[in-house]
Amino acid sequence: MAHNTDAEEPNRRDFLYIATGAMGVVGAGALVWPFIDQMNPDASALALASIEVDVSAVEEGQSITVKWRGKPVFIRNRTETEVAEATDVPISDLPDKLARNANLPADAEATDPNRGVKDKENWLVQIGICTHLGCVPIGDAGEFGGWFCPCHGSHYDTAGRIRKGPAPENLLIPPLEFVSDTTIKIG
Amino acid sequence: MAGHSNYVPQSAAAKWLESRLPVISLMRGSFVDFPTPKNLNYWWTFGGILFFVLIAQILTGIVLVMHYTPSTDAAFDSVEHIMRDVNFGWLLRYLHSNGASMFFIAVYIHIFRGLYYGSYKAPREISWILGVIIFLIMMGTAFMGYVLPWGQMSFWGATVITNLFSAIPLVGEAIVTWLWGGFAVDNPTLNRFFSLHYLLPFMIFGVVILHVWAFHTTGNNNPTGVQPKTKQDTLPFHPYYTVKDLFAIVVFMIFFSWFAFYLPNYLGHADNYIEANPLVTPAHIVPEWYFLPFYAILRAVPDKLGGVVLMFGAIAVLFILPWLDTSKVRSGTYRPLFKQFFWIFALTCVALGYLGAMPAEGIYVTLSRIFTAYYFAHFLIILPMLGFLEKPRPLPASISEAVLKGGSGQPAGAAAAPETK
Repeated sequence: MAHNTDAEEPNRRDFLYIATGAMGVVGAGALVWPFIDQMNPDASALALASIEVDVSAVEEGQSITVKWRGKPVFIRNRTETEVAEATDVPISDLPDKLARNANLPADAEATDPNRGVKDKENWLVQIGICTHLGCVPIGDAGEFGGWFCPCHGSHYDTAGRIRKGPAPENLLIPPLEFVSDTTIKIG
Repeated sequence: MAGHSNYVPQSAAAKWLESRLPVISLMRGSFVDFPTPKNLNYWWTFGGILFFVLIAQILTGIVLVMHYTPSTDAAFDSVEHIMRDVNFGWLLRYLHSNGASMFFIAVYIHIFRGLYYGSYKAPREISWILGVIIFLIMMGTAFMGYVLPWGQMSFWGATVITNLFSAIPLVGEAIVTWLWGGFAVDNPTLNRFFSLHYLLPFMIFGVVILHVWAFHTTGNNNPTGVQPKTKQDTLPFHPYYTVKDLFAIVVFMIFFSWFAFYLPNYLGHADNYIEANPLVTPAHIVPEWYFLPFYAILRAVPDKLGGVVLMFGAIAVLFILPWLDTSKVRSGTYRPLFKQFFWIFALTCVALGYLGAMPAEGIYVTLSRIFTAYYFAHFLIILPMLGFLEKPRPLPASISEAVLKGGSGQPAGAAAAPETK
């Protein structure tokens, strides 16, 4: 508004310019949003499916992989050695000190009982996606006897906690519960 | 551009058109009469080669879309259908997939030519920045194109690259979900990549026009880096450079054909002939060769956000290169120290490419870190300091003087202006 010197009061025209401009910005934003939001997950993807998995056939030391929300979920019946190994690790040795367990408060520590299924600590159920860049880690591998991600060399221990490599977080644990002795409900 | 044309319409039809839309004089001023430095060497033909490859990619791409199905259920099979059933489908697909590699070979040579001869320096900063933008769009286009066959490398490449954005604090996860249209790479991801893979080449075409417009406004750089001073320093683009570029394109087509016909899968990965499986990651995933140097930088940093920042920073630094190089002398020919550092830098890029293909362990990680540090040091330390420390060799007074020095001994006027007779 170059015509408007310091001494002059803002006039009606200035008000109209600003009001029109502001309406234009709001309108443009309202028009742009559907074009952006259409890329977000649609109703069918959002329908939060939960699955029930029969784990009666999974012996100690065995793992199965199931698919939940398009992602692999590792279900492992850990051996006593594996649980003991994971329990012995002091929290201070862990790059990520949080449990990352959706069934516990967000600030829960990454102890082995907080990682395993409640009251059934030998069971470890976690989303099989490396927290670095999303590859699927290989089981029974890596320097800590847990999982190893082949993409960029992240090593997870027997409780699925990141120990070495570029991944920032422990493997995530989905919401889950044992609905019977042999059936896990995920989601 | 049009200002360089001395075209005067002769026929009534041409006069009619020219007074309404001066497209003939625009084209003549840009690609026929355009005064071009007379000393351009073959490194300058890669601009024309790139234009040829862009058109070839668009043409082969348009016809491939007539047979491809963008759906996770059908994509992999439709690519095999193209290879086995569609008439000449194998040829069109191999031309398109190898064409991507040819595009990057040519663009890397084109970029290094610009780096060596200082084509990014004033007054050509905008041409350079537009070039970096083209390079970025090219990388996006190539990445999304590689996802379309829906093989294992397609799927896991898409997963890893989109996950790069999850490193952004706070909003990272939301951005990745938005990019995927779900909670993993899936059908919505494939469909949007297909849509954008079709769109982006036309955007490249648009930015190419701006790129050419910019350096036609400033005039081409040339191997001496000295601006043309008289008419004797330039030649009309046609026929001198149309013929030179065409010859280079033909030679490049032979190289291209060698890959398309004899080594069509040499630059690809066998894993991509396995259909995508969201539950199994291939043991050794690597991106296509043209992304390897950046991939090595990503993996060199033991921190997720840090790796992503440096990888994007490796390209971002090119945007400010015109202001990082403090030397007033454009051409590396007259810069004895820069010349050596240029070749060290070129080797660094090749080394990073090699390391990007190696597993992320042991000595490879250490070497990746050293070369990554050097990559950035070249731009952020060496180039700014060289301008002050280096004593450049004397520049020739003009392009003609540089061309004729130690030449055939003809009188300067005779050889310097062959087009004026």
